[in-house]
Amino acid sequence: MKIAITSTGNSIGSKIDQRFGRCSYFVIYDTEDKGIEFLPNPNKEAQEGAGPASVQLVASRNVQKIISGEFGIKIKSLLDSLKIQMIMIKEPEKTIQEIIDMLNK
Amino acid sequence: MSPRPLRLRKISNPPPVSGFKPYGNKKNGTKSESIFLHFEEYEALRLCDYEMLNHHQASVIMDVSRPTLTRIYARARQKIAQALVQGSQIIIEGGKVYFDSEWFTCKSCGCYFNNPEKQEKITECPLCKSSDINNYDHSIEEDEESFDHCNDICICIGCGHEQLHQFGHPCRGEICPECGKNMVRKGTPHSKIINK
Repeated sequence: MKIAITSTGNSIGSKIDQRFGRCSYFVIYDTEDKGIEFLPNPNKEAQEGAGPASVQLVASRNVQKIISGEFGIKIKSLLDSLKIQMIMIKEPEKTIQEIIDMLNK
Repeated sequence: MSPRPLRLRKISNPPPVSGFKPYGNKKNGTKSESIFLHFEEYEALRLCDYEMLNHHQASVIMDVSRPTLTRIYARARQKIAQALVQGSQIIIEGGKVYFDSEWFTCKSCGCYFNNPEKQEKITECPLCKSSDINNYDHSIEEDEESFDHCNDICICIGCGHEQLHQFGHPCRGEICPECGKNMVRKGTPHSKIINK
């Protein structure tokens, strides 16, 4: 199963990004082969519509869960219809490594 | 004076189909017009008649006041009765709504998550696999006993004092023992405004 995590940087030591649509990087983590992939977000500087565009990018990778700090109102209904689970972590200090460790527990 | 804008109604389960068509030939052969059932009316019907919740519990889930829920529900029944009697098709669309699934919170890692597979019940946190999870935003008791008695809470407008709701006694009639003001039902839009 693939899980997307929003990240502020492109290493596993970087912190989780509290925004979904305008995060710096998406981390695509595969729970089966433990593969980690970093995707730079092309919509970071977008004026509007960053959320739906990011959803499209992430959904094209067939992820089933997205971990982020917060999701906008447009994204919630979109992800609902795509049956992708949203997980919100309200701790900006958490690193990608810590989250992956939690998922592996 | 313009009326107050409608409050957005929260829909957790969109209908599986977008409408219903009559079956068989009609007696008099006249073509009747379609009935447009709003999403909020469908949701009210689902909560009250399918999930067997009472109007107050349903109103908290839809994030509207109890009288509003009752009006929506009455309209839903009226429209469906009309469609059955006249043999017209039902189209489910429209209404001032937004879609949101059920949200949960995990006590052990403090995260929030939703349940995209509505038919399956969620039993553990997707992040830390802990089973210590709670329904977030609204706390409806899942067990059947809760339909017999009422676990609602009356809250004071003035000081925020809470007490268990007495079944059959309206909250408005209750007087706060601490500051003497009238109380309202906790969880309704009215009580949320006061908290701010």
